[in-house]
Amino acid sequence: MTVMITLEAPPEGGRRHPLALATGLVLTALVAGAALLSLVWTPHDPTAIDIAGRLAAPSAAHWFGTDAYGRDVFSHVLAGAQSALAVALAAVGVGLGAGVPLGLAAAARRGWVEEVAMRGSDIVFAFPALVTAVLIAAICGPGAVDAIAAIGLFNIPVFAKVTRGAALGAWARDYTLAARLAGKSAGRISVEHVLPNIAGLLLVQATIQLSLGIIADAGLSFVGLGTQAPRPSWGRLLADSQTLAGQAPWLVIFPGLAVVAAVLGLNLLGEGLRARLNPRREA
Amino acid sequence: MTPPNAPLLDIRDFSLSVDGRVLLKSLSLTVEPGRIVALAGASGSGKSLTALSVLGLTPAGARAQGSIRLEGRELTDLSDRQMDAVRGRDVGLVFQEPMTALNPVLSIGTQVAETVRAHRMAGRDDAARIADAILTRVGLPADRFPRSRRPHELSGGQRQRVAIAAALALKPKLLIADEPTTALDVTTQARILELLVDLVRREGLGLLLISHDLALVARVADQVVVLHEGAVVEAGPPPAVFAAPRHPYTRRLLAATEPARRRPDAPPPPVLPPLLAANGIVRDYPLARAGWWGKPAAVRAVDQASLAVHRGESVGIVGESGSGKSTLLRTLLAADAPQAGEVRLLGQPWSATTEAARRPLRRHVQMVFQDPVGSFDPRWRVERLVAEPLVLLDSPPGPADRRRRVEELLEQVGLAPADADRYPHEFSGGQRQRIAIARALAVAPDLIALDEATSALDVLTRAQILDVLADLSQRLGLAYLVVSHDLAVVRALTDRVLVMQGGRVVEQGPTLEVLDRPRHPYTASLLAATPTLAAQVA
Repeated sequence: MTVMITLEAPPEGGRRHPLALATGLVLTALVAGAALLSLVWTPHDPTAIDIAGRLAAPSAAHWFGTDAYGRDVFSHVLAGAQSALAVALAAVGVGLGAGVPLGLAAAARRGWVEEVAMRGSDIVFAFPALVTAVLIAAICGPGAVDAIAAIGLFNIPVFAKVTRGAALGAWARDYTLAARLAGKSAGRISVEHVLPNIAGLLLVQATIQLSLGIIADAGLSFVGLGTQAPRPSWGRLLADSQTLAGQAPWLVIFPGLAVVAAVLGLNLLGEGLRARLNPRREA
Repeated sequence: MTPPNAPLLDIRDFSLSVDGRVLLKSLSLTVEPGRIVALAGASGSGKSLTALSVLGLTPAGARAQGSIRLEGRELTDLSDRQMDAVRGRDVGLVFQEPMTALNPVLSIGTQVAETVRAHRMAGRDDAARIADAILTRVGLPADRFPRSRRPHELSGGQRQRVAIAAALALKPKLLIADEPTTALDVTTQARILELLVDLVRREGLGLLLISHDLALVARVADQVVVLHEGAVVEAGPPPAVFAAPRHPYTRRLLAATEPARRRPDAPPPPVLPPLLAANGIVRDYPLARAGWWGKPAAVRAVDQASLAVHRGESVGIVGESGSGKSTLLRTLLAADAPQAGEVRLLGQPWSATTEAARRPLRRHVQMVFQDPVGSFDPRWRVERLVAEPLVLLDSPPGPADRRRRVEELLEQVGLAPADADRYPHEFSGGQRQRIAIARALAVAPDLIALDEATSALDVLTRAQILDVLADLSQRLGLAYLVVSHDLAVVRALTDRVLVMQGGRVVEQGPTLEVLDRPRHPYTASLLAATPTLAAQVA
């Protein structure tokens, strides 16, 4: 997984960003809309098997065609968005919930608190993600919870490091010293001054981690560790169809495009937000 | 094309307006080779804009009239592409802040060589050779300053030398220096000025020097041009202009350059115990760890410093950057703990106790910071900012009382009550320092520490802030601890002064005595490096 730490938008980036933001918003809304829509309606039951109509090419009845069991790929892609987003969101929640307090504490207290938090993060980073997922699957069985735990675990050090880096920047500003002279505790300053000033950065990081979470979820279910059958998932749809790719290319193209749309959308959204949320420092 | 006797830079009747606002009004000035012309004025007077106009870097939507000629060549008609060639090659630029002007990841050698290569003046090897020669010329010989050094490994003055080398790399005929020494302390400032003067005299460079500091201008310039609201109000050789200023604005600038003393002649006898007393303070900073297991080495920033501030008294701490004065101040405010020695506040333990025990005492000492931008949370409104220390009171006021208190404080420092609803970025530097003073006053402290509180301001704003501070001290019986490298401020605002060098207090005594008859050679060298108007004009 990549850690992206960027504190300031490049000055020349100002004009490029509205387009990135708009594209990102549209793509993300498309994916989120698909997920929400699948909660109430899909053209067919995404898990309904119809051996007679297997491997049908895209048509008016089946927009994205059908797979080897005759399941409607369009319905499957819609429902897959739901599980992909749910897993990625929950994993980002885990990362934010644990990583941000860790990072804030590391920056506020320095010393051994910082050492422990940062070296702990390094250890998690050094662990192969897949091995961790296998371990967790061995303990609590493969499924969405397994994917959330594995991806969430890797989000914790990302948010801890990003938070600490940005918080150190805030702690170097005189306003935090002014708050100390006003008798405020490090914890209170972290909540009142530091967190609001780095929130934009965390939001940007969260969108990026969301996109990485979607890739990771697709990867985990591809190897059978994530969402389990019969629940629809993009990764499993790809895994099921890999031997049929030459025969029925729609089986890989559509779920593949769905992953690309989600990841690209969230990344562009993050990029656009980064420019928007850069705090106004000077007049 | 080129008339034989055309001046190097000839700005004639140049006007500039942005969105209908006239920022420069038919400005005229000339710079001859081998001469220094100073553009003086307060912030917002159009000094920097003039420099940017010469470089063709005017803000978007600006409308220009009049002419700017470089060796007889009209610059205002040139296209952006043609101006690119002029910038750097014909006109070099040096900024105020060398750290932001230099690229932090490039070595100093590459930094200067890049400029040469960007203008395709030489190949890689030749560029490196040219860079080496210029760095040596600006006082950075290769044996002591290997060309592989990065900007962060150099001091502020050395960085400014690199920036000057980069500006000179293409042998420009005109150098524009925008407040080149404002971010530096007095001794470094004197050395950089010496270098600039030497370059002008020996290489026949023309120098357009932009500065708000008339004393500095008087020291080096052949010609001074005083700008006010975008128009030239006075011009001439500095001794003539400063000895008999004709325009009231010039007179105001001159008066502000050497602010009048704002302390009573005889300070009140000290009351015991002192408000703040420090004894034998030692403060070390750890350096970066050499290896994984090695114990980090430490640098001693403050070494056995002692001082006392009594009720109603104003004490100054002077010294150049790195002398330990800011570190000492942080220790005095119990923001950092000393490694040895003790600080007591109102006779009670201050440094050698817990933050919980300090909390009830915190309201007695407050602080005003140097950086008017960084000392406020950009997301808070002024009301919340000024009210922040109120949590130190035994019974913090409710919302309505809080609002009233903030409005009262803002009026005390000369701001409007309605300013409470605005954000800090909506104010000018001087106004922000007023907000900072209001915040420091909120809990009615006995002592306010001023850490270079006027260093980021121009002389006119500095004079206004000094007035506010003097008035408050008189009315409220406030004590001040004034940390500054600006001797004019220390002279105007303090009763006693401590001189720090290398972490030690090398001299102390009544301010006028120390500044007029220094006993320690370091104090004498600080004073000698500080330009004064009297010395230049007399």
